[in-house]
Amino acid sequence: MLNRILPVAVFMALCVLLFVGLRMADQKDIIPSPLIGKPAPEFALSTLDGDQLIRRDDLLGQPYLLNVWASWCPGCRVEHEQITAIAESGLLPVIGLNYKDAEDDARRWLNQFGNPYQQILVDADGKVGIDFGVYGAPETFLVDADGIIRFKQVGILDQRTWETSLRPLIQSLPGDES
Amino acid sequence: MLAELGQVSLILALLLALQQSVLPLWGSYSGNQQLQLLSRPLSYGMLGFITLAFVLLTSAFITQDFSVEYVARNSNSLLPMQYRISAVWGGHEGSLLLWCLVLAIWIAAVARFSAALPLQFLARVSAVLGMVAAAFLLFILFTSNPFGRLLPTPADGADLNPLLQDPGLIIHPPMLYMGYVGMAVPFAFAIAALLGGRMESGWVRWCRPWTLTAWAFLTAGIALGSWWAYYELGWGGWWFWDPVENASFMPWLIGTALVHSLAVTEKRKVFQNWTLLLAITAFSLSLLGTFLVRSGALTSVHAFASDPTRGIFILAMLGFFAGGALTLFALRAHTLKPDTGIGLYSRETMLLLNNVLFAAATGMVLLGTLYPLLADALKLGKISVGPPYFGTLFIVLMIPVVLLMPLGPVTRWRQGNWMELRQHARNMALAAAGIAVLLLLLLNPAGVRGWLGVIVAAWLMIGSVWYLWQRSRSSRDGAPRRWEFGMALAHFGVGVFVVGVSMVESSEIQKDLRMQVGDTVTVGQYDYHFADSRNVQGPNYLAARGVFEVRRSGDTELVARMLPEKRRYAAGGSIMTDAAIEPGLTRDLYVALGEPLDGENPAQVWSVRIYTKPFVRWIWGGALLILLGALLSASDRRYRLQQTASARVITTPAAPAGANAGA
Repeated sequence: MLNRILPVAVFMALCVLLFVGLRMADQKDIIPSPLIGKPAPEFALSTLDGDQLIRRDDLLGQPYLLNVWASWCPGCRVEHEQITAIAESGLLPVIGLNYKDAEDDARRWLNQFGNPYQQILVDADGKVGIDFGVYGAPETFLVDADGIIRFKQVGILDQRTWETSLRPLIQSLPGDES
Repeated sequence: MLAELGQVSLILALLLALQQSVLPLWGSYSGNQQLQLLSRPLSYGMLGFITLAFVLLTSAFITQDFSVEYVARNSNSLLPMQYRISAVWGGHEGSLLLWCLVLAIWIAAVARFSAALPLQFLARVSAVLGMVAAAFLLFILFTSNPFGRLLPTPADGADLNPLLQDPGLIIHPPMLYMGYVGMAVPFAFAIAALLGGRMESGWVRWCRPWTLTAWAFLTAGIALGSWWAYYELGWGGWWFWDPVENASFMPWLIGTALVHSLAVTEKRKVFQNWTLLLAITAFSLSLLGTFLVRSGALTSVHAFASDPTRGIFILAMLGFFAGGALTLFALRAHTLKPDTGIGLYSRETMLLLNNVLFAAATGMVLLGTLYPLLADALKLGKISVGPPYFGTLFIVLMIPVVLLMPLGPVTRWRQGNWMELRQHARNMALAAAGIAVLLLLLLNPAGVRGWLGVIVAAWLMIGSVWYLWQRSRSSRDGAPRRWEFGMALAHFGVGVFVVGVSMVESSEIQKDLRMQVGDTVTVGQYDYHFADSRNVQGPNYLAARGVFEVRRSGDTELVARMLPEKRRYAAGGSIMTDAAIEPGLTRDLYVALGEPLDGENPAQVWSVRIYTKPFVRWIWGGALLILLGALLSASDRRYRLQQTASARVITTPAAPAGANAGA
């Protein structure tokens, strides 16, 4: 008897999981990250090219976009064009956070597809990612001139999100105070 | 006006599908033959209306009717003709319409070619298929209408995603859907068998050619997807364990188990429960795949724009079909006769091992795919499960599969003989050892994994040849039968596939270089001369194109002129890397342009990525052989002869179509 009921039982559990997953997928858009409106967590990370150490406070003074990416992440490949377009628009600098990646792979990836980032911070063990509440690459944060997180995109940043929410938000920021 | 007509024809198709879900089923219980016979005209009508809708949407793309919202989002006035047609399935709504079209083709094919089935059984199969069609048509009409208008009409469209502007993408989705949706047919057969109460002993035989065909299409679709990723994503890989790839791979794995399990159940009438369960699972996994791709619960390269109502709808569909089928299974499966008389060294045991291993592999992929979701739900934080997990576990599970694969077909049914099996194994191993030495000398793979892979491949290929030789010795006319040949071909294809994978994974060469026009570099056995760099105007993009002349080292004869491009698309301004690939039987050469490195002289100095990929074509070549083998088996006369024979017994005066069965 148990043999025959087991498949249904497993399936029920699966459905519950999928339903919960679906709920969470909705909420990703609806409930803003608890970090929004709060200062970006502190960090001190070395850059990918060269041994420069960059701290959170080094980036104060103008708004920037923090893009969490990795060479292993297919979604990053997809949003790469959009990120490049944003960087080229000159509206604000894009800082890359290379998340849980091997540095050689990261360099190869940039060689291949191009480097839109003004600086790339290396977060090899993902600790800074945890502080930022990163779910998984890609993710994008907007940090304003005072170091406050104003926006967070989980997953691919597409043109629509950029045009309809992110760009208007950036343009409404007080902007460059330095 | 045409778009509205498209919508009306979808509604009409839905009405027919609803009738098909109810009337033949009702007829099968009340014994009303007229109702049961309705399934065929209803199937044809449904196919007609869905085809009409599909043609109308295609014509909206061809004539650039941007007042249709779906066209405006996925096309552009500069888009070349072939991509205007493939853009029909470039987005969620249109691909769902393609899905329905493919389903309607399968349903009509079942109605057309299954006239030899008992009418009651066929009526139930048709009704289940009708329910699937009705569910998907409802899904389209309520959540994903491709015919919606956009007012005011935009002057131009937003363009098809450049990643999808590719010849591979013209045929990849139709093939994949043929496979995905085709799994609905064994599902419907299984449900009809369960509804029949006692196991309809014939269902397994009738089901086999359909399952093999669907599985062959699924193989083709997955291989095309992998080929596309290889050259279009510009990353040189051929499989990424992406959630959407996994979504198509899971039905394939279970389908593999199913085609083997059907063989046992047909031949020996054992594992009936197991076969039913696999048939139900294969289609359920197709639905699950649809859910994962279209609900936004997981993120992926392929993910469509997500919409929560769609997710709920697909989940409800999954719950209805899989939940209903599994409940029916729980209620009815005990009426089947228990398995008896399986010897340890029998073909049954071999096929059972195949089933267990493939089911375990499916479970592994399912767990890895859903684990991020599970971790998230349990508040363990978001986790992404990557290739190391899938790659390692998959290889571990497939090692026994490839080792046993040549032994299965030469093992006897019922009660095998250990001594005889050992004899076969020894002969094959000796022959394989000879071939392996030869292959290793010829191919010279680097590293232990490459060596082991080539040895395994030799074992697989020899196994197929040995089997054919055994069969032709024991058959009366000295030639193996068609299905035997098909099976051997498919198993041989696995060997070819293993050669490709082992060689690429162990011996590929990759170099990232800074190159100026005029430079020559040597990678592997080839010299690459960066001859020129120029700008090229494409139909809807502007490209920087490099010209590379490739020669064998120390030779002056030109092997290839390779033209990698960096494209900027006019609408949207996306930038795409178009790698140049020089294909070959024993190696692919692969050149991709990176970034211009000299700001003052951007056309002259580039970062360039050059690969030599040995035997990479063999990966898809192997898949092609598997697919051909499956189609060859599916077309074997034994299925048709049997159908005609049973038709003579079963055909009632009211079933006029028996004459078609032998055609």
